[in-house]
Amino acid sequence: MLDGALLAGQVFNGFSVASLFVLAALGLALSFGLMRVINMAHGEMLMLGGYLAYLTYLIVPGPLAILVAMPVAFLGAALLGGILEITVIRKLSARPLDTLLATWGVSLILQQGARSIFGPIGVGVTAPDWLNTGFTLAGVYFPSTRIFILAVAVIVLVALGLLIARTRLGLLVRAVNQDRMMAAASGINVRRVDLAVFCLGTGIAGLAGVVLSLLGPVTPSVGQSYIIPAFLVVVMGGLGSMVGTTIAAIILGLVSALSQIFVDVSMSQVLMLLAVILFLQFRPQGVIATRSRALED
Amino acid sequence: MTKSSPFRHAWILVLIVAVLAPMLVSSYNLNLLGRFLSMAILAVGIVLIWGEAGILTLGQGVFFGLGGYSIAMYLKLSTLPEGSLPDFMEWSGVMALPWFWWPFKSGLLALLAIILVPAVFAGIFAWAMFRRRIAGVYFALITQAVALTFATLLTSQQSTTGGYNGLTGFTEAFGMPLGTDQANRTLYWITLAVLVAVFAGSKWLMATRYGTLLRATRDGENRVRFLGYNTTPYKVVAFMLAAVFASLGGALFTLHAGVVSPAFVGVVPSIEMIVWVAVGGRKSLWGAVAGALIVNFAKDIISSALPEAWLYVLGLIFILVVTYLPNGLAGLVEDLLAKSRRPAAPEGALVEEGK
Amino acid sequence: MNTSSISAIALAMAFGFTTAAQAEDSVNVGVLQSLSGTMAISEVTVKNAEVMAIDEINAAGGVMGHQIKAVVEDGASDPAIFAQKATKLIQNDDVATVFGGWTSASRKAMLPVFEREKALLWYPVQFEGNECSSNIMYSGAQPNQQLLPAYDWAKAEGYKSFFLLGSDYVFPRTANLIAKKHIAKDGLKLAGEEYVPLGGTDFSAVISKIRAAKPDVIFNTLNGDSNVSFFKQMAAAGMTPEKMPVMSFSIAEQEAKAMGPSLVEGSYATWNYFQSLDTPANQKFVADYQSKFGANAAITDPMVHGYLDVYAWKAAVEKAGSFDPDAVRKAAVGLDFDTPLGEAHFAANQSLVQTAYVGQLDKDGQFQILWTSDAPIEPNPYDPVAFPGKTCNPVTN
Repeated sequence: MLDGALLAGQVFNGFSVASLFVLAALGLALSFGLMRVINMAHGEMLMLGGYLAYLTYLIVPGPLAILVAMPVAFLGAALLGGILEITVIRKLSARPLDTLLATWGVSLILQQGARSIFGPIGVGVTAPDWLNTGFTLAGVYFPSTRIFILAVAVIVLVALGLLIARTRLGLLVRAVNQDRMMAAASGINVRRVDLAVFCLGTGIAGLAGVVLSLLGPVTPSVGQSYIIPAFLVVVMGGLGSMVGTTIAAIILGLVSALSQIFVDVSMSQVLMLLAVILFLQFRPQGVIATRSRALED
Repeated sequence: MTKSSPFRHAWILVLIVAVLAPMLVSSYNLNLLGRFLSMAILAVGIVLIWGEAGILTLGQGVFFGLGGYSIAMYLKLSTLPEGSLPDFMEWSGVMALPWFWWPFKSGLLALLAIILVPAVFAGIFAWAMFRRRIAGVYFALITQAVALTFATLLTSQQSTTGGYNGLTGFTEAFGMPLGTDQANRTLYWITLAVLVAVFAGSKWLMATRYGTLLRATRDGENRVRFLGYNTTPYKVVAFMLAAVFASLGGALFTLHAGVVSPAFVGVVPSIEMIVWVAVGGRKSLWGAVAGALIVNFAKDIISSALPEAWLYVLGLIFILVVTYLPNGLAGLVEDLLAKSRRPAAPEGALVEEGK
Repeated sequence: MNTSSISAIALAMAFGFTTAAQAEDSVNVGVLQSLSGTMAISEVTVKNAEVMAIDEINAAGGVMGHQIKAVVEDGASDPAIFAQKATKLIQNDDVATVFGGWTSASRKAMLPVFEREKALLWYPVQFEGNECSSNIMYSGAQPNQQLLPAYDWAKAEGYKSFFLLGSDYVFPRTANLIAKKHIAKDGLKLAGEEYVPLGGTDFSAVISKIRAAKPDVIFNTLNGDSNVSFFKQMAAAGMTPEKMPVMSFSIAEQEAKAMGPSLVEGSYATWNYFQSLDTPANQKFVADYQSKFGANAAITDPMVHGYLDVYAWKAAVEKAGSFDPDAVRKAAVGLDFDTPLGEAHFAANQSLVQTAYVGQLDKDGQFQILWTSDAPIEPNPYDPVAFPGKTCNPVTN
């Protein structure tokens, strides 16, 4: 039953899923690399992005609303991320496991907040007509939405790469990443760099929320369906590396899509986890090891 | 850990009240208390792995579920007429009992499974992880993915696991009809006995050389390694113990609740288990027990009266406790007692934990 | 209940409670639905309908001269909590009966409680059958009152190739098992069968498989939010309901409205009630509900069944002249009572006899009724094709 078109289609789907994983995981990976903290409320930044997209559609309807929604969601999520960093994460900076737990509490509150404001039923964002098309190539159908999301992921990756490599903020980030103490000693305001990176990361999650709204409903728990694969991507990618995150997302996207030719979705989730555990047996430091962690706790 | 003389013997009083509880409360409340004490058994295990070994696991629901399903499979089979299958298998077109159900025809093997299955599974998993020095946030996130995956797997294998419905409809256990007041009392006392045994065993173990090394590993794993110890086995054993305690708790909970389902296994219940211990005190055995009882009674009361509010309360409690009371209520009580007797102990013992 | 074991405190509490209850001359009934958690979306509306029926009955003078007091509890979308709260309602609140439950998991968990306590549960949701407890009144559809009428309709439309898609839990799996047996028996084609975990959002692989299998119709038993993702991704893949017919079993008016009707316009559903049902009794019910819960509130099949359960219980109590659960369930069988669906009655297997309708969603999120079963359908919990030889023990008066 394995025909070429289905296989090719699933490879495309794999990249499509990977593009979602990248968008959901990048922000996590950024702040994890810099601050060693995992933000369990990251999924709720996706959710916020989705709801902001919904609100933008109410205010500026029309075919280009999605293009307006993206900066709105980015800024909104970045703002919330900033508040979260200052009020919770900074207080716990030396205790990464406690940060993880406290941000889970934040995640619960944000979900329940969304439920109180928008109701427990999901709200819908209608994709503009120019995204509701597609084309067939060699027997495989390519929906425009999926291509659009892939494009967004690529643009975000390129922009982020340029930001880190070419700008002053990027320079500071690299400095803090290499040696936090030395960076602080040479006069860099490390706290401010942390804050900027955290806002950037949550902003990207906000963007991810907008593109997710093209594929499904925006619900109070929408972040939860993507957050655990995103965690696995971060774990597999290696300590906050952008390249590692991207490669890990592609591997897991392909594992998920290709395994679904043979098994159902539930079993493909199992296979995805096994792939990560097996991978870590051979490379516990992840796809890209930015430095040796052998002597760090 | 400081011993406070005025309260040194308070546990005797608590134990007496606990033993007499069936005479003091209604059978409905006794059932609730039994459930929560089962959860407290699991909480003691979290103290070992999280408080003492410094390893945060977000997958205790898996082991809770392994214990629950082990006993439930036995309860399901024990009342079936010879040759017939559990009802959900018949609807799913299963013709013969799947192999992994076979041992559960025997009550003795089921009881062994409650201990051995989680021990073996936890042992292999923890060895694979700790051998490669996967720790901290990485380990926490992987255990969370295991919880999600296990719940998904249980749900999707409906024809052999009962799926989303789980297993229920138990009428008797080891020849004792369930649901009667007599059964509730017996179950309650068994649960209490297991809790006391697990509690005392943990207290003893943590006072041994093993406990010292475990804490040393938590506070500076590399230093312990440089002293010539291989820390992996110590951590693996702690993880296995926590898993077995969780499984015992799950089995007893299933007897009290009369149902086991994937709803107890997944991501959210697994984190809630951490909440109990965070509130009670991650480094204190009695704190964990108290935390399990307090959080669950609060949940029962608040979620009945104001179902909307419960998640706000839970989230807020968790943030506040983790941020301002890292040693939970037990830490608070110990601080207060210490203050009443001598000048405040220097702070900062906690900052070193798991950078 | 074994009173000997109850402590003095509990006795005093219980005693205090009964005297209070007698003073008000009211009878407690339990309403047990999920008010929090994933199922709250659906179950809160059923709770509203059940409480509304109780209020109406009280306003009209109560049951046998007694006012009815609803004790509302939250099942929290957790089967163990359902079992626990059911025990509480029966033991502590001394309720005469309980209305509630939605998922099969919650019903299965409550069933042993009701059997042990010899109490009675009224269950309002369509389900997969394969169960008949004498302690439960099943007013939601059995498979032969929802799934099979839809299948018969699809056959009559000339569809020959079926793709079965569902969320990964009991109802879809059992419904699809029954459908598969009928498809095989009739010599039709099973184009595919896929399950997605509850809450699943990625349908890219499933849609590729549907495209490759080219079925005539999709039987959709997806639950909740997954439906939105599925229809969105189908539309993005160029397979709108006009091009690829979809028959859904868990999309009612509320879900259609929340999804954005344009997304599902033209797709089909089978239920035993549609809000658009054009009878005076239904128009009154819709108007009453909307005046209470907002003019835009959607009315669904399970809500109506929750509502009519309360009236069925009232009629049965009055016929039996007693609140005793055993007397009530026996009196309920065969007893005609008025509902928004028209006059209805329970069959001897304690399930409701009811008509099936196939509807097509219009642009407002309402169903246009296309097809009606010839007559009210006798409920059958065990499909004879899929589960030969199984029957219930019917009530014998």
